[in-house]
Amino acid sequence: MTTIVNILIIVLISTGVLFSLVTAIGLVRLPDVYTRTHAASKSSTLGVLCILMGTTIHFWAVEGIFNTQMVIAIAFLFITAPVGGHLIGRASYVAGIKLADATVRDDLKGVFDQKTDIKK
Amino acid sequence: MALQILLNFFLALVWMFMTVSFTPAGFAIGFLVGLGIIIMMRRFFSYRLYTSRIWAVCALLLLFLKELALSSIQVLRIVIKPKMDIKPAIFELETDLKYDWEITLLSALITLTPGTLVVGISDDQKKLYIHALDFKDIDEAVDSIKNTFERAILEVSRP
Repeated sequence: MTTIVNILIIVLISTGVLFSLVTAIGLVRLPDVYTRTHAASKSSTLGVLCILMGTTIHFWAVEGIFNTQMVIAIAFLFITAPVGGHLIGRASYVAGIKLADATVRDDLKGVFDQKTDIKK
Repeated sequence: MALQILLNFFLALVWMFMTVSFTPAGFAIGFLVGLGIIIMMRRFFSYRLYTSRIWAVCALLLLFLKELALSSIQVLRIVIKPKMDIKPAIFELETDLKYDWEITLLSALITLTPGTLVVGISDDQKKLYIHALDFKDIDEAVDSIKNTFERAILEVSRP
């Protein structure tokens, strides 16, 4: 039983570390701010989630303490991470930061410009 | 839905008073009995049973966890590929959802799933502008969101 639990903890924490590493590599390798936000808002969420779950299970099964703060932290992370990603993407588009050269299609073009024209 | 849950709690309290057992077990039994009564009396409610909505929420949660794992694996494959040959794009998605909380939930789910990130919502809240990490076909991308998340959210909010 303890072996199974230990294997589960190891797998969870290793997956979390792996995805955090992927986030870091993605931030370096991807071409523009929008694609970097992809890496930062998805992989890192799953990475931190896996690490927190592994920690919760470790303290619950091995040490006998069930820490509800971990569960709350996971829930808050899920609420805040997509909002952060959305706001970074939107703010950089409004500020006029250019998309990568590889971008094939831009339906948002003109939507924000029209709005500023009306305000003038 | 909230009314039915409240009624179920009230029935459980009545059960506890009737059986003089003020314990969590007594509450649980009363809750189950109350649920049975509500199921029997369901034709007097104007909305469907609240248990089916709770089931829809659980289905949405499972779908979301699956898509989150898939999206992280996709990002991993793109990031560690030696040659960076992605085609990012911003495309438009018309949504049928009406309420603010539905649109917020949909955009949060889109942001956390395979290769998509919401970068803007039109002023009339009819269109979402989505940045795709690796863009192949607009119909395919729109269909996959429509058929999974929008349908699951509609299933939750259906009266």
